Amino acid sequence: MTAMSTRAKLGVVVASAVLLGTVAAGYAATAAQAPRTPPPVGGEQAVSLAPGPRLLAITDRHVSTVAATDPAGPRTVGGLECLRVYAAAGTGVCLKPETAWSYQVVVLDAELRQTRAVGVPGLPNRARVSASGRMVSWTTFVGGDSYTSSGFSTRTGILDTVTGATVASLEDFAITMDGRRHRNPDVNYWGVTFTADDNRFYATMSTGGRRYLVRGDVAARTVETLKENVECPSLSPDGTRLAFKEAIHADPAKGWRLSVLDLSTMRVTATAETRSVDDQAAWLDSGQLAYTLRRDDGQPDVWSVPADGSGTPALTIPGAESPSPLT
Amino acid sequence: MYLSTVSRPVADPPGPGPRRGRFAMVSGNVIALGTVSLITDVSAEMVAAVLPLYLVLGLNLSPVAFGVLDGVHTGATALLRVVGGFAADRFRRRKLIAGLGYALSAVAKLGLLLAGRSIPAIGAVIAVDRLGKGVRSAPRDALITLSTPPEALGRAFGVHRAMDSFGAFLGPLAAFAVLLVVGQSYDAVFVTSFCIAALAVVVLVLFVRERPTGPAADGPAADGPAADGPDDPKVSVREAVGLLRGGPARRLVLAAAMLGLATIGDGFVYLLLQRRMDLGLRWFPLLAVGTSLAYLLLAAPLGALADRIGRLPVVIGGYTALGATYLLLAGPVDGWPLIALALTLYGAFYAATDGVLIALAGPVLPARLRTTGIALVQTGQALAYLVSSVLFGLAWQAWGPEHAVRAAAVAVAGVLVGTLLLLTSPSRPTTRKVLR
Repeated sequence: MTAMSTRAKLGVVVASAVLLGTVAAGYAATAAQAPRTPPPVGGEQAVSLAPGPRLLAITDRHVSTVAATDPAGPRTVGGLECLRVYAAAGTGVCLKPETAWSYQVVVLDAELRQTRAVGVPGLPNRARVSASGRMVSWTTFVGGDSYTSSGFSTRTGILDTVTGATVASLEDFAITMDGRRHRNPDVNYWGVTFTADDNRFYATMSTGGRRYLVRGDVAARTVETLKENVECPSLSPDGTRLAFKEAIHADPAKGWRLSVLDLSTMRVTATAETRSVDDQAAWLDSGQLAYTLRRDDGQPDVWSVPADGSGTPALTIPGAESPSPLT
Repeated sequence: MYLSTVSRPVADPPGPGPRRGRFAMVSGNVIALGTVSLITDVSAEMVAAVLPLYLVLGLNLSPVAFGVLDGVHTGATALLRVVGGFAADRFRRRKLIAGLGYALSAVAKLGLLLAGRSIPAIGAVIAVDRLGKGVRSAPRDALITLSTPPEALGRAFGVHRAMDSFGAFLGPLAAFAVLLVVGQSYDAVFVTSFCIAALAVVVLVLFVRERPTGPAADGPAADGPAADGPDDPKVSVREAVGLLRGGPARRLVLAAAMLGLATIGDGFVYLLLQRRMDLGLRWFPLLAVGTSLAYLLLAAPLGALADRIGRLPVVIGGYTALGATYLLLAGPVDGWPLIALALTLYGAFYAATDGVLIALAGPVLPARLRTTGIALVQTGQALAYLVSSVLFGLAWQAWGPEHAVRAAAVAVAGVLVGTLLLLTSPSRPTTRKVLR
C-alpha cells in the first residue's frame, strides 16, 4: 500500500495534473468554439428611440426595434449591447456590460447617444423610464452580500436626468409599514415604476421573507407599504392600474401569475397568461401587456396579453426580450 | 521516503523565553493537507465567484427563486459533520472520510453541468457541495493535530489556514481567467473547477497519511493507554456522548459555542462598513478580498505566536480584535483609515481564532475521539453563529445599526469573560495545561 516512493507519487500527481488539465483545456476549447451569433450591427436605418409606432426590445443582447403593427416582421438591430432596456419620450435606459463582469446604467437620447453613465454593482435585472423621460430607475442583483451571506440581494437606484440627482440605493429611504416605522437590514427593493408627477413611484420591497407593493416619494425619501405579494409593478398609461407578478400562493418558488391591480378598488384581476412570468411587464397601450417568457433552452420571446383578463397570450416578438413601447 | 516531520522544535525547554525553532518546518502531512485545501479552495471559489453570473445571465433564472432554496441545509450539514467525525474515529479512517468529503464536493462541480435550468437540481447540487465541505473539515483538522507535536500545533494550523485562504484568494482570479479565455462559457469554469478539485483528491490519496510515522508519532499519539492503537476497542457512541458529559471537552464545546455567539457574520460587517463609508456599491466585493488578504498574511505568524505565548491568549486577542472591529463600525474613525483598520482587524480576528481554536482544542481531546470532538467544537460554533446573526438582525431592527453593533461589541466582551472563566477555572488541570 505504501510501497510507492515519493518520486513515483509526484509522478502520478504530475500525470494527473496533465491529464485533468487536458480535459479542462479540451472542454474549454470546444466551449469557446461553440457558434456564437455575431452581433447584428446596423440595419436599413439606425435604431431610434424617438416616439413612434414601434416597439423597442433586446435581440441577442442588442437594442432593436420592430413596427408595432408587425412586431414579428422586419427588425432593426443596433450595435449597442444591453441586457435590459426601456425608453419613453425619447429617453432610453440601457443596462450595459462595461467589462466581462461589471455593468453600468447608461442613459440615452433618442439617437442612442449616451448622455450619462452610472456604474452599478451586480447583475442587471430591471430598468424603467418615467413617461416624461425625466426619471430613470434600475435594479441589479448583488450576490452574497445579504446578511444570510448566501442569498441574493438587490439594489435599486433612481436618477433624475434633469437635476442629475442620484439615489444609489432605495435602502436608505424611511419605511412606513402598516402605518408604523420599519427598519431592517434585510430590506430589498426591485422593479420601480414612476407616476406622472416624476416624483412618486411604486416598487416592490421585500423584508422578513415577504414582498410588498410600496408607494414611494423621491423628494421626501420615503416609502409606505400598500399591499402584500405584489412584485414588479408597472403603472398603466392612465395611472389607474398596476400590472404586476403575483407569486402563486404567495410563494415565489411556485412561480408568478401576471395580474393587474386596480388602484381605486385594490382588486386584482389575473390575466389569461397562465405560464409563470418573471418580468416587469410593459404596457403597450392602455389594454395590452408585453412581457418576456423563456423557452426550455433559456431563449427569450416577447409575448403579449390583454390586461383585463380576457383573450389569450400571443407571441409578439420571437427571440427578443425586455419589450418597451416607444411612447 | 516522504519528507516527514522535521517539525518538532528540538531542545526547547518548555517555559518562558523566546523559542527557537519558530521557523522550523511543519510536518509533511500538514503541508500535504494544506496543499489539498489550497487546491480545493481554488476550485470552490472559482464556482462561488461565477455562480450568480451563471444563474442570472447564463440560465436566466430568477435569483429570488434561487434564494428560496437557500439556507435550509445548515442544520443537516451540522448533524452530518458530527456523524462523519464519529465515523472517522470509530473506523479510524480520518483520511477516508476527509477524502469522501473532498470527492463529494468535486463531483458536485460536475453536477452543476447536469442540473441544467432546474432549480431543485441546482439546489441539491449546492447542498451536496456543502455536505462535502461539512464532512471533511473535522477529520482534516484531526489529522493535523495527530501529525503535529502539541507544542507546534498553532504554527501547523497557521500554515494550513494560510494555504487554505491563499487558494480561496486565487479561485476568483482563476475563474475570471477561464471566462476571459473562453468567453461566457460558465460550463468551462465548472469543468475546470472539477478537474482542479479532482487533482486535490489525487494529492490527498497519495500524500496524506492516516497515521503519522516516525518521530512525530510519539508526540500527539502519546496520550497514554487511550491512544489510537490498532488493538483498542472501537469508539462507541456512548464514549462520544461522554465527551459532552463533562470534563475539558464539554467546556471547550461550550466555549466555542459561546464564542460563536459573538460573531455577527461577514455580511453584516461589510454592510455596516459600506453604509458608514457610503462606499460605491460596486466596490463591495473588495471588502471580502481585503479581509482574506489580512487573514492570509496573518494566519501563520499568529499561529506561531500562539505556540510561544499560548493559544488562549491569541484566541482572546482575536476576539478582542473582533470587538474592536465592531466598535470601529460605530465609532469615530472615518474614510479610508476606517476601511483599512476594520479589514485588518477583522482579518486578524480570523487569523487568531479559526485555526488556533482547534490547536487549543486538539490536545485536550483524547486522540481516539479527536475528530468527533473537533466536529462538535465546529458545529457548536456554527450553530451559535446562526443564532447570533438572527439576533443581530433583530437588534438592528429594534435599535438601528449603530446601537446594534455596539451591543455586539458588548456581547464580545461578555463572551470573552465567560470563555476565560470556563477555560481557566483553577480546578481543571487539563485545560490549564493548554494555556502554556
